[in-house]
Amino acid sequence: MAVSADNVLRVRNLSTEFHGDRGNVRVLEDVSFEVGRGRIVGLVGESGSGKTVTALSLMGLVPTPPGKVSAELIDLDGIDLAKLDADGLRRIRGRDVTMVFQEPMTSLNPVRRVWEQVGEPLRVHRRLGWREIRGRVLNMFEMVGIPEPKARLDAFPYQLSGGLRQRAMIAMGLICEPKLLIADEPTTALDVTTQAQILRLMVDLRDRVGTSIIMITHDLGIIAEMCDTVNVMYAGQIVEQADVFELFDRPMHPYTRGLLASIPKATEKRTTRRLPSIPGIVPDLAKLPGGCRFRLRCEHAMPICQRREPGLIEPGEGHRVRCWLHETEEAVRQAETS
Amino acid sequence: MSEILISVRDLTKHYPVGGGFGRQARIVRAVDGVTLDIYERETFALVGESGCGKTTLGRIMLRLQEATSGAVLYRGLELNAQDDDAMRALRKKLQIVFQDPYASLNPRMRIEAILAEPLRAHGYGSAREIRERCAELLDMVGLRRQYLRLYPHQFSGGQRQRIGIARALANKPEFVVCDESVSALDVSIQAQVLNLLSDLQEELKLTYLFITHDLSVVRQFADRIGVMFLGRLVELGRTEEIFVQPRHPYTMLLISAVPRPDPHQRGRERPMLTGEVPSPMNLPPGCRFHTRCPFAQDICRTEDPPLREVGGRAVACHFPLAS
Repeated sequence: MAVSADNVLRVRNLSTEFHGDRGNVRVLEDVSFEVGRGRIVGLVGESGSGKTVTALSLMGLVPTPPGKVSAELIDLDGIDLAKLDADGLRRIRGRDVTMVFQEPMTSLNPVRRVWEQVGEPLRVHRRLGWREIRGRVLNMFEMVGIPEPKARLDAFPYQLSGGLRQRAMIAMGLICEPKLLIADEPTTALDVTTQAQILRLMVDLRDRVGTSIIMITHDLGIIAEMCDTVNVMYAGQIVEQADVFELFDRPMHPYTRGLLASIPKATEKRTTRRLPSIPGIVPDLAKLPGGCRFRLRCEHAMPICQRREPGLIEPGEGHRVRCWLHETEEAVRQAETS
Repeated sequence: MSEILISVRDLTKHYPVGGGFGRQARIVRAVDGVTLDIYERETFALVGESGCGKTTLGRIMLRLQEATSGAVLYRGLELNAQDDDAMRALRKKLQIVFQDPYASLNPRMRIEAILAEPLRAHGYGSAREIRERCAELLDMVGLRRQYLRLYPHQFSGGQRQRIGIARALANKPEFVVCDESVSALDVSIQAQVLNLLSDLQEELKLTYLFITHDLSVVRQFADRIGVMFLGRLVELGRTEEIFVQPRHPYTMLLISAVPRPDPHQRGRERPMLTGEVPSPMNLPPGCRFHTRCPFAQDICRTEDPPLREVGGRAVACHFPLAS
């Protein structure tokens, strides 16, 4: 991927660690990716793979201490977030980068009216008066498809269904016209029918207003439905990175392949009851095995996998993978002898 | 066809809400007239959105909750007519695996104590026999015997769910309700646990009631499906037939809402459910689904369609979708 002005976000070498009873645990290592303008980029992985910490690290929301975030570059449209102090980040958050969380009930204040909360970024960042804010919130409610938007302005969160609350959260995320919206499992707590509506809304907003989105999910179905490019995460690293069609058509990393195979498919006739599964469990980040982090669950593990950790290589144009299988024999030999 | 193991006859569960101090309580019809049979050794799935009554129905079938009216028959015995002693004996045969593997195991108990509790409650045998059975149960769910001495926090979500399964199987049940038992697990782990459940079914001749909102799991796993909407069954039939040709508009829309793990299909024509589920306290007249149904006609607004046989399955719709 060329460094171009078309990227809203460029992340280089992001690493995050936490200091706790068990010493320093590095929960993110060498995470690098880009988000093109008006693109939807997926971060997919299982619990503990580092998807959410990636988002929190980008936004400067990792508590320090015990956390420690370092990055070569977190370039948000010309501003390097990695170099900003707490005040600088506060001015960016909620205005240029916003986040929609998984649980729409717990992310809204139960005793404040919805319009005040959705409009708060305007009060903080744009210093608008309440009349102006109310008007813009109303427009936003219409845009995100909240029925009877006028009547909902004065509602309290408990008066809205889960789907409506998530629409309100998205309205809040977009009200300052951010450069980037980060959605962390925004539909996991919702029913499939509501999920379909919210996902369609997000794609729709991207098409209409050109919002760039990072979509964090454990669900490869959601990735396939809406993302342009995908980053597959495992044990704190990006293990595969590609265009969405490329990833589903030609997955390279054994983990990605295993994940794709183990999804039960609603569209496929059952031939056998047994699903292919990935043996074993995700490693404890405080006690990582040496070498490749996936090797204990990998059916293709080779001697080199045990000795050296693979780097992210690019065997196909724009398709990157962290796996020795896709290295040239020459490179493997060199790594073995060095 | 094998024998009926458990059946439900015109079951209702109504909850009063908000009454007291002279105010009229309103009624939530959580389950509202459900009739179904589950056969020996089959996997029957109940699917539907949150609030449709699937969990309440499952709990009533185990008599963990009492029905408002109607009957649950286990091998012809009416559960509600059983006295405490008889019910206690029956409970050995009727078990449940819960959704949340973090909340359903006591954090202060070692695994051995967790597994021994149901055995002791039903007078399984001597302390030695119980210890032997606990070890056997861990073997059965693919965990090491040494784990008996550990505490729940020392296990991952998938392993905890295996322990929950072992506990449910302790007294050799016939009927196991799996209430969203794999929903909280990551997909690679979900596949492992589903495989375990299907091996155990084979080995121990179990009958499952699988309660879930996840239609992809259902297609791979269930023999028959009952689709619930607002306390009613709206469609019931063999899994494959329902997926290939849903007859109830709600079933069709539910299936089409599942995201497909194939980016080449994203442009597909996709009917979508609009609007919100009506409140179960304030049900619309006529068919409960008519406010969201793209095909609703006048009769749907006035007359509640009964569950009727349509080509080998049951559908509650005035205008079942044609093949």
